[in-house]
Amino acid sequence: MKITRSMVLVSSDPLSLQRGSLEIYRRFQEKLESYQLAEEVALSTITDVGNTEASPVVVIYPEAVIYGPVQPENVDRLVSEHLYKGHIVEEMLVPKRHLPSRMAWLQSRKGSLPAQQRILLARVGKIDPENIEDYILHDGYQALAKALSKMTPQQVIEEISKSGLQGRGGAGFPTGRKWSFVASAPGNKRYVICNADESEPGTFKDRVLLESDPHAILEAMIIAGYAIHAQEGYIYIRGEYELSQKRFLKAIEQAHEYGFLGKNILGSNFDFEVHLHSGAGAYVCGEETALIESIEGKRGEPRSRPPYPTTHGLWGQPTLVNNVETLANVPPILLHGAEWYRRFGTPSSPGTKVFTILGNVNATGVIEAPMGITLREVINIYAQGMKNGAAFKLAQTGGSSGSLIPASLQDTPLDFDSPRKAGVSLGSGALLICDDNTCVVDLVKVLLRFFRFESCGKCTPCRIGTQRCYETIRAITEGGGQLSDLDGLLRLAEQMERLSNCGLGQTAAVPIRDMLKHFRTEVEAHIRLGICPTGICRMVPEDETAELIENQMV
Amino acid sequence: MAGLATAFGSGAMTNPMEDVVQHARAMLIIGSNTTEQHPVFGTKIRQAVLKRGVKLVVADPRRIDITEYATLHLRHKPGTDIPLINGLMNIILANGWQDDEFIANRTEGFDELKAVIEEYPPEKVAEITGVPVEKLRQAAEILALNKPMAVMWAMGITQHIVGVRNVMDLANLQMLLGNLGVSGGGVNPLRGQNNVQGACDMGALPDVYPGYQKVNTETAIQKFEAAWGAKMSEHFGMTVTEMIPEIESGKIKALYILGEDPVMSDPNSSHIRHCLEICDFILLQEIFPSETSRYADVLLPGVSFAEKTGTFTNTERRIQMVRQAIPPLGEARQDWRIISELAQRILAFGSRQVNANAPFAQWNYRDTAQIMDEIAALTPSYAGVSHARLEAGEQLHWPVKDANHPGTPILHVGQFTRGKGKFTPIEHIPPQEMPDDDYPMLLNTGRVLYHWHGGEMTRRATGLMQVYGQALVEINPDDAERLGLNGNKRVRVSSRRGSIEAEAWVTERVPPGMVFANFHFPEASANELTIAALDPVSKIPEYKICAVRVEAIRG
Amino acid sequence: MISLKINGIPVEAPEGTTVLRAAEQAGIEIPTLCDHRDLTPYGGCRLCVVDVKGWRFPMASCTLPVAPDMEVTTESPALVESRRTILELILSNYYDAGYEDSLGETQLMRWAKRYGVDPAKVMLKKPRFAVNSDPNPFIWVDMNKCILCTRCIRACAEIQGRFVWSLVERGFDTRVVAGADTDMLDARCESCGACVAYCPTGALNNKMSLSLGLPDKVVTTTCTYCGVGCQLDLNVKDGHVVRVTSNPNAPVNGMHLCVKGRYGYDFIHHAERLTKPLVRQYLLEGTPRPKGRGEWVEVDWDTALDIAARKLAGTRDAYGADSVGVLASAKCLNEENYLMNKFARQVIGTNNIDHCARL
Repeated sequence: MKITRSMVLVSSDPLSLQRGSLEIYRRFQEKLESYQLAEEVALSTITDVGNTEASPVVVIYPEAVIYGPVQPENVDRLVSEHLYKGHIVEEMLVPKRHLPSRMAWLQSRKGSLPAQQRILLARVGKIDPENIEDYILHDGYQALAKALSKMTPQQVIEEISKSGLQGRGGAGFPTGRKWSFVASAPGNKRYVICNADESEPGTFKDRVLLESDPHAILEAMIIAGYAIHAQEGYIYIRGEYELSQKRFLKAIEQAHEYGFLGKNILGSNFDFEVHLHSGAGAYVCGEETALIESIEGKRGEPRSRPPYPTTHGLWGQPTLVNNVETLANVPPILLHGAEWYRRFGTPSSPGTKVFTILGNVNATGVIEAPMGITLREVINIYAQGMKNGAAFKLAQTGGSSGSLIPASLQDTPLDFDSPRKAGVSLGSGALLICDDNTCVVDLVKVLLRFFRFESCGKCTPCRIGTQRCYETIRAITEGGGQLSDLDGLLRLAEQMERLSNCGLGQTAAVPIRDMLKHFRTEVEAHIRLGICPTGICRMVPEDETAELIENQMV
Repeated sequence: MAGLATAFGSGAMTNPMEDVVQHARAMLIIGSNTTEQHPVFGTKIRQAVLKRGVKLVVADPRRIDITEYATLHLRHKPGTDIPLINGLMNIILANGWQDDEFIANRTEGFDELKAVIEEYPPEKVAEITGVPVEKLRQAAEILALNKPMAVMWAMGITQHIVGVRNVMDLANLQMLLGNLGVSGGGVNPLRGQNNVQGACDMGALPDVYPGYQKVNTETAIQKFEAAWGAKMSEHFGMTVTEMIPEIESGKIKALYILGEDPVMSDPNSSHIRHCLEICDFILLQEIFPSETSRYADVLLPGVSFAEKTGTFTNTERRIQMVRQAIPPLGEARQDWRIISELAQRILAFGSRQVNANAPFAQWNYRDTAQIMDEIAALTPSYAGVSHARLEAGEQLHWPVKDANHPGTPILHVGQFTRGKGKFTPIEHIPPQEMPDDDYPMLLNTGRVLYHWHGGEMTRRATGLMQVYGQALVEINPDDAERLGLNGNKRVRVSSRRGSIEAEAWVTERVPPGMVFANFHFPEASANELTIAALDPVSKIPEYKICAVRVEAIRG
Repeated sequence: MISLKINGIPVEAPEGTTVLRAAEQAGIEIPTLCDHRDLTPYGGCRLCVVDVKGWRFPMASCTLPVAPDMEVTTESPALVESRRTILELILSNYYDAGYEDSLGETQLMRWAKRYGVDPAKVMLKKPRFAVNSDPNPFIWVDMNKCILCTRCIRACAEIQGRFVWSLVERGFDTRVVAGADTDMLDARCESCGACVAYCPTGALNNKMSLSLGLPDKVVTTTCTYCGVGCQLDLNVKDGHVVRVTSNPNAPVNGMHLCVKGRYGYDFIHHAERLTKPLVRQYLLEGTPRPKGRGEWVEVDWDTALDIAARKLAGTRDAYGADSVGVLASAKCLNEENYLMNKFARQVIGTNNIDHCARL
């Protein structure tokens, strides 16, 4: 992926458009070409800047300066002075009194854009993942050495807390707090578990980390073990990730040889062992308590909480469960300090996030971007725009367990707080970008089929609820829907969210809710008019055997 | 019973089942097929192993079901219980694992025991029992170092000519380890029948009145002569295993049998049949025609447990209500009424002197509650028992010393009945009849989960018969191969006393050289084969060992 | 002890108690299907959800441990709506083939009625599985009524220690199977019936009692088989024992019984039961006893007792008291054994009394 050094955002809210922002955008394209800056400066638009007298505005990163109101004739100066020479054009800045809170937020992203900030993926592709010496040459095990020689376990936890690191599995729970819970929970033994059962469809960021930089995860587990007084760790790697498993086993072996694992690590009197547990193909085992049950040799069914794994985890003992990406943040934080880490991302969500980009865009793959990037930016900059110039319709986040984000919300920053406020969720970091040839009902049908198949079957609302929702939505795609079904669906979805035992059943309801919130007209068209506006749904009863075959493939 | 009585002064399960299950840290099951014979207790032991991680040692020649849950299975040779137990004690003493304080304060005879135990070093014991030295050491360590440890046994220990000695040796082991009078420990003989404990308690024994008051003691004789108003016999009577053979000698002329089937349940059936055949008069009170009823002269229809009210006493000395659910079938009468009427008729003949004014001379009982009041009046260990207390939900384990006494769930707390516990050195004596050239295999007998005793009830339960519908003779695959059995085939099993034909069940439950048969089915009852060799004290037959010959039936 | 409030009522419960149990002890009933006090909490059916102050969504009270100052609400319009949804979902996957099951109102139907869900309206119209799908002679299996509460699985594992039942497949296709989807007996079932005793829907039932109707009385008594002394409930209808059920308050065994105790009762009404006194013909005719003792003749009690009394008394008078042997019974009552002992010693005058303790 190309490295951009600056990013320009042109406001395109209705007021800005009325005041000629399209022309400003066009002039930027032209000028960047003529100054030969198009390769290194990303250009995008932004709608939601808050209705301000300063419209139209232009935001330039990484400095996070905001110019406005900008006229088309000012563009040449902005390009030549700011982007070419690097001088901020002070007199064109938006006066402070015109800065609404939204702009304050835009400014808060100072320094974090536009280049791919690589903290987690720093070594990916650069080192030989099967060579521990290569890892050591690239800062490897230095954080561990620092922790063991210069820090108490309590200080390690404090540093993680100060960094503001939040769990990357989806819920965004503060990592430092989780560590201190486990460290202070009463128990005979404590365990560290790395959740590497990455099973969200279309998500493979953990796999990239495990295959390309396995020692980083191992090092983080050892540090976590030191911090919470554990002597044993488990990594639960998805069964299909054979290469990840192979490389991780090799990493364990090498770490033993070099004295980073085993008894008396680096002469510190700290002992730690790591076991690899291979998953057996159940999506639900990515849920931490189902994963624990699975390690214990039982059927992978999530436990009821509370009590939580922090106090009653593996074999009933206090257990720290972190996912791969969360742990990958640990060594750099310890090595460079919490303050350094907080320079990335936003104040409320520091750091970077690894996303898996899929769908109808020009570039798909794994990216690392600062927390707080917007969906629009991801699409325009990282994904290099929609394929064939099609219009963006919606993004489905987080594999199956996230939200449907409609085009109207594409300026919502992707961090832990903003989507929640906007009523959508980030999920685990997969972004399925769909264009306007996508039928939302068909998409939700596929998601529900996945859930009814992957539900563990333990609790009633999830086991039967996902099936009933699937049946109803399928009927709609086959021309058999009723308008009254939609209210029933909403009611059932609400109850599934209220009553399910774990996140699977709770989030299975989310796509239904989002679909009916943002795309109700399209759904109703299926029912009222008997047509699928995108022409995807066949609107006739499908062959059940075909469905069964599809199920096998899920 | 007799064995425990020698050691402690009274013989019964010392600890309640729930206490063992909740508090024992280790258990030794020896000669008890617990999951099949006491299924609910067996499953509670399984749960103790699953949930509490109790260390379980099972000593049994057969690979019975409970061995699946055992930490260690000692598959000793049949009839070598004493060397096995002595061997364990030898290892315990050699390692100093004995409870010196308990031995010093609460027992006597330790030095004598020690002298004999020293004769049983592990190597010699391994030789006799067939259990490797290493396993003996592991067992001793588990049993000695996980306190409290409870010992459980059943007929596998008692049905030997050395039955009493076996029991006394287990008592030795538990005194040595100080596991008596404590929660989760004890010596715990599991009683077979639902009310075998109660029948013993009630004096249905030839040597004792109710509450184990000896029939040859002055005080007991006076007490019962005064209570019942008649002259008492002052010498011990005959046991069942003596009475029937004594028909042949003419000593016994008439039998009054209540709900028993000696042809099925006693050893050497053909001899039993012969004796009953020549008996002058047999009165049988039963609910079904049985193998024994062929020899009866009068057959009185009694009732099942569903048709009467009274009490049973379970294996842990807990007295519980039986309540009538249905009226007696047809003209059948409740057994207590039949006995009473018969007694009244005989007394009316007047040929026996009975003082009608004695407090308990009469037989005109209103109900069984009134009988229990009479029992309480004459039986110290039941003195505080009444139907009213039981109906009020009280849980009473005897001894219940008076109407306010709460009962005694654990025996021997602080002190044994006889004061100090007595160690009795026990030497090994081989079984009466061991395999030889003519009868080269060893027969072990017992019951199976789906049937009960002579099978009078369970053979009439449709579902039980569907699951286990015919006698099966368990035989090891090695022997099956040697005999040319191919899968399930019929076999003839013969001993010096008789012969049966049955289906073979080829299974590793039995070791090579042993067959196991049950006595639930008259057409192939193990007791056609068993030997009437009796323990000299308890008169219990050696059901667990006799020599047999096994042949495949061709065609 | 932990203090909390349930429906505003102060409740104290030991640490580790679940909210459902704490409520139960305080006399507040929370509906549940998968929970049973004897079994490990599961949290599957979700019928027992309650509102807990500070939590956004309702919590399953069967798995939620009590916590200090917790404030719990067990009934509210929203909870009623949730329970109704759960019951509708459960019943939407339930099929009743219409046979008589002699269970009366099952727990499932009780809650459906309580929350106003009409089973007939929502239940399946076609079976998903074969009705009566297992050849076990005692246990009726109709998985169309299974709601996956897993009580049977837990009962088998945690009570019987046998692990016959388990779950296979997942999601909507999850189902309960014996062993590797085989017959119960092949899966090493010991037919103790614990799974039946804990089933809240009739998916597992007693085959022998299926169509015998409801009992008109239930009598708690002690089992007649082994020495463990289990108590059980004889269910009686029209003077017949139609079923044995567990009595949760049984001091030795609780809900647990073995195959003989629960299913070995049909001997009681067996056609071969002796119902009339019988004497040999020679005794009536006063002739010498023939070989093989001759024919049986049905007589009235007076005749039978008279003959028996005369023969026993006559033997004693002729040969002495010790010529008579008395065998009591370990199957009979304490009171009866006492009488046999008294009979031998007082009426006959011998100590020749014994029973089968040795056998």
